[in-house]
Amino acid sequence: MSASSQTASTASAASTNGSGAAAILSAGIGAFCIGLFAVAADKSPHIKALLNIYKPTGPLSGVTTAAIAIWLASWFVLALLWRSRDVRLARVTAIAFVLLGLSFLLTFPPIADLL
Amino acid sequence: MEITVRGLWTLIHGMGFGALYLLACSGAAVELFRLTSSATPTATPAQERFLKLYLLTMVVLAWFAVLTGAYIVYPWYRAVPPSGTADLAMFPQRLLLSSPSTSGWHSLGMEWKEHVAWLAPISITMVTAVFLQYGRDLRQHRALRTAALTFTAASFLAAGVAGFFGAMINKHAPVDGGHIIQLSQGEAK
Repeated sequence: MSASSQTASTASAASTNGSGAAAILSAGIGAFCIGLFAVAADKSPHIKALLNIYKPTGPLSGVTTAAIAIWLASWFVLALLWRSRDVRLARVTAIAFVLLGLSFLLTFPPIADLL
Repeated sequence: MEITVRGLWTLIHGMGFGALYLLACSGAAVELFRLTSSATPTATPAQERFLKLYLLTMVVLAWFAVLTGAYIVYPWYRAVPPSGTADLAMFPQRLLLSSPSTSGWHSLGMEWKEHVAWLAPISITMVTAVFLQYGRDLRQHRALRTAALTFTAASFLAAGVAGFFGAMINKHAPVDGGHIIQLSQGEAK
């Protein structure tokens, strides 16, 4: 690839907001999954056993591994879909902030105990 | 002066990675704000390169902090004592739960810390990826910039909660044991 076409492709990727939006939304999804799986493991003995993939660490190993897998997979898919597009960033970031806020709430034991 | 292997790993996890990450957070927030603000002169390539390296270092610190915590220190913390064990000093979780005055450090502190801590590496990895891609051009993407700064703050909050409870839990029920490492020989007085 020539230097000029390399520059053009970098400029094009940075001029759209799609790949940034993909990173932001997937981070919100990953964070939310931590909270969601933590509550699920706490409420269901079956899910707790399922998430116990490394016994010394217990269900925490499965909660975090599953959430990270979903985070990275969603990032990969969204980045493919949005990489050269401009998306409605206000809506994407609002959803990501809500998911991030929910993740803090769901991991907070007094709130998780209410569910 | 001596330290046990478990104590040393707890130190590496908490002070080596966790505390260093917390210290780095404020610098990252300030530099991100400054370099991507339209009110300040455009950042030089050297400043941009420095912040990229700084953020990448934070990503490494954050992941090492949660991984050493979850897979090295936490198994020692939650170890189950053999039935009839009277001295729970080597079993921090059970030691905390054995008294109403300390059980909250586990049921609230550790239960929150062990999960919320993971929001820090996820958030800072995203912020770093966004800055690596857009760099100082973030000033032209206001919403991306706001999201990056918000996730940096969230990362700091998550690491702060984890750090606070980690320190308090280790104060009430230290993770200790294993081979003893002699650091220096003192004199008895």
